[in-house]
Amino acid sequence: MTDTCKKIGSVKQLEAVRTAAVEAAGSSAAETEKILICMGGGCIASGSECVKNALLESLDKHKLGDKVSVVETGCLGPCVRGPVVMVGADRAFYQNLKPDDAEKIVEQHVIGGKIVEELTWTDDSDNSASSPKIPVPLQDDIEFFKRQTKIVLRNCGLIDPGSITEYIARDGYRALGKVLDGMTSDDVLSEMNKSGLKGRGGGGFPTGRKWEFAIKSPDPVKYILCNADEGDPGAFMDRSVLEGDPHSVIEGMAIGGFTIGSSQGYVYVRAEYPLAVERLQKAIQDARAAGLLGENILGTGFSFDLEIRMGSGAFVCGEETALIASIEGERGEPRSRPPFPAVKGLWEKPTLLNNVETYANVPAILLNGGDWFASFGTENSKGTKVFALAGAINISGLVEVPVGTTFREIIYDIGGGILGGKKFKAAQIGGPSGGCIPEQYLDTPIDYESLNALGAIMGSGGLVVMDEDTCMVDVARFFLEFMQEESCGKCVPCRLGITRMLDIINGITQGHGQPGDIEELQQIGEGIQAAALCGLGQTAPNPVLSTIRHFRDEYEAHINDKHCPAHVCKDLVSYSIDAEKCTGCTLCAKKCPTDAITGVVKGPHAIVLDKCIACGMCLEVCRFDAVSVK
Amino acid sequence: MVEKNCKSSCKCCENESQETLLSRVDELINEYRGQKGALIPVLQQGQAIFGYLPEIVQKRISEGLGIPLHKVYGVVTFYSFFSQEPRGKYLIRVCMGTACYVRNGKKVLDELKEQLGVDVGETTDDLLFTLDVGRCFGACGLAPIIMVNDDVYQRLKPSEIGKILESYRKPQVEAEVAK
Ligand SMILES: Cc1cc2nc3c(=O)[nH]c(=O)nc-3n(C[C@H](O)[C@H](O)[C@H](O)COP(=O)(O)O)c2cc1C
Ligand code: SF4
Ligand code: SF4
Ligand code: FES
Repeated sequence: MTDTCKKIGSVKQLEAVRTAAVEAAGSSAAETEKILICMGGGCIASGSECVKNALLESLDKHKLGDKVSVVETGCLGPCVRGPVVMVGADRAFYQNLKPDDAEKIVEQHVIGGKIVEELTWTDDSDNSASSPKIPVPLQDDIEFFKRQTKIVLRNCGLIDPGSITEYIARDGYRALGKVLDGMTSDDVLSEMNKSGLKGRGGGGFPTGRKWEFAIKSPDPVKYILCNADEGDPGAFMDRSVLEGDPHSVIEGMAIGGFTIGSSQGYVYVRAEYPLAVERLQKAIQDARAAGLLGENILGTGFSFDLEIRMGSGAFVCGEETALIASIEGERGEPRSRPPFPAVKGLWEKPTLLNNVETYANVPAILLNGGDWFASFGTENSKGTKVFALAGAINISGLVEVPVGTTFREIIYDIGGGILGGKKFKAAQIGGPSGGCIPEQYLDTPIDYESLNALGAIMGSGGLVVMDEDTCMVDVARFFLEFMQEESCGKCVPCRLGITRMLDIINGITQGHGQPGDIEELQQIGEGIQAAALCGLGQTAPNPVLSTIRHFRDEYEAHINDKHCPAHVCKDLVSYSIDAEKCTGCTLCAKKCPTDAITGVVKGPHAIVLDKCIACGMCLEVCRFDAVSVK
Repeated sequence: MVEKNCKSSCKCCENESQETLLSRVDELINEYRGQKGALIPVLQQGQAIFGYLPEIVQKRISEGLGIPLHKVYGVVTFYSFFSQEPRGKYLIRVCMGTACYVRNGKKVLDELKEQLGVDVGETTDDLLFTLDVGRCFGACGLAPIIMVNDDVYQRLKPSEIGKILESYRKPQVEAEVAK
């Protein structure tokens, strides 16, 4: 269902629309005969479109087409278990579905009222592939969901992002109505300050204070920007919010617009997110049609509108001054601050810039009060944070927890531990500006202060778990290379410093490391941190410095022993075939891209080391465990 | 990897002459003329029309919007999404985000280079494939990922690459035979 909503002329009328929508949604028929199917980006990639079609077909076949609705929702969270589907009032949770499973669900569950247990969620008891899988059919019983607290993702996965009425039914635009119905700019600010919300885009600057600066810049024309550039290459929180609940961002921005006195906003979305753009575009149109954007919103005299601008593939455009330059049609190069955007931003006008997740929190804060929001989290860091769990973790996906939750709780209790029963090595948090947290700090609460003390940052919410097969020197090299490619080149310390660091680290991973390299990396890194113009340069050395701090022994193994303990750095590993185990099946020889494997059918095979490029293909394809790597 | 039966392929501009394409660029320029910050949206949509941004298109945009050519060029070269070279029918983008990297994305890339015989940023001689890398497609939970135009392939193994490429080559062969 992707309905629209007629123009709503007053706050009172909004309330009436809401009551009607709640009643419609709450009628018993609607609850029991609803199939929610995740149409988040992850599930689409896993084939949810085809599962949806199969469900519709099967419902049609049984003449249930108009009795049972299939609701397309945003990300439900456990992307790795996709395509996922929830059925009925008690929310039976189906995972890893194939089109063929649709008929079974319709016949047995929808018609017969019996949950199809073999298709439901399973808890894998000890994380290994062979471990027994215990079915947990109902969402309410699943650990992954039970331990989360959802404020930002309050609607994500529960409503159709294309339906403004479903958003309104779940208290959507109610906060905007409340604000426009008699609150002053100071009232809103006071709630924002009380909430203690800090910017979720990485910097962690108190949102209330930022709004205050923008209020205090006198100018009849001001702009509101939303940063949806999501540049951290391991993060998909903002994407999921835009795809799953676009109206929450629109509402947050409209409240911001009212508070600082702005009537025009822009959302800057990265080009890699076409689906987010499509859904946001529809949401903006629907909000306009409903009189919740545009002239004279809800008949209160307040006018505010939004436009989308798309990025063009430059990480540095996530930095606020570069983002502004990019919207202006320039090269996205940062400029020095002050003046801050709150004083002089887009087209030289006072500009408020916040992140997607920051805005999505705003309606909840205004509706429930700043004190309510501040009751979540820790002494100094309030509310919840959304994390994108990825890497060597069992249940990768999207989770939201109170700030201050420990790494262990997120990775083990919610994420189900390490994939394939391997050993945990590090959690990378904060992306290319962040750091790697080793095992001994797994019980550290994730909040701004604790992370800074460990040489990492909260960042925007990317949390990549690494196991024993990951080389920490190679990870540091990966981030440096990323930053070198993405540096805009405007200032020398960043441009030349990062390149020099990359040269050294490349040398180390290629077996040319020398004593003194580690110290030189540290010295240059600290120099860049101090001298670079923008946040990109200032934080670029963090991954290197944090891995040196916590995994120095791996650097030393590369430099002194010319050995890569994780068998990742190609120049430092060698592949071999165990003649005893080799059955002579010839598969590896067929697959080897450089014909480096010799041997005859049914005879033992061997690798010609000169020709081997250490691609690992033979290891992947051998079914007899005969290939090993050192 | 997931099998999908519906492959995307853009047919919109296959048979249009350069003149028609240029006139569509002109329409685009007219639509945006006078608006603040028009350059980047026009370049983005211009590239969607033409497939890339050859000098002739950049000149048209420069004249149409009254922006000096060197500035247009400066913007085109700054952003990695803009290409001044023609691209293959299928743009293969390998995710090199953190999650994909630690889950063997690099091996997938190496295998693609090997099988296509091109390096990153290059196009195969038959203009069928362009190989590129991306920085995170936001599906990290399913790493490693590649995208072929708009089709997403997830949790890929290097050994599966051959089959995927074949599935894009085949319709091509069938089309040739049909001709
Ligand atoms: C190199 C660089 C990249 C950044 N990328 C992003 C990004 O992708 N998304 C984001 O919200 N903030 C990003 N930021 C932070 C923004 O500059 C800005 O602080 C933030 O969007 C403000 O919103 P907030 O206060 O709500 O967090 C980046 C900063 C730097 C220095
Ligand atoms: S620190 Fe790097 S990215 Fe930032 S302005 Fe300087 S060169 Fe550009
Ligand atoms: S690692 Fe790769 S190149 Fe070396 S022998 Fe195995 S398949 Fe061949
Ligand atoms: S995309 Fe479906 S669970 Fe995340």
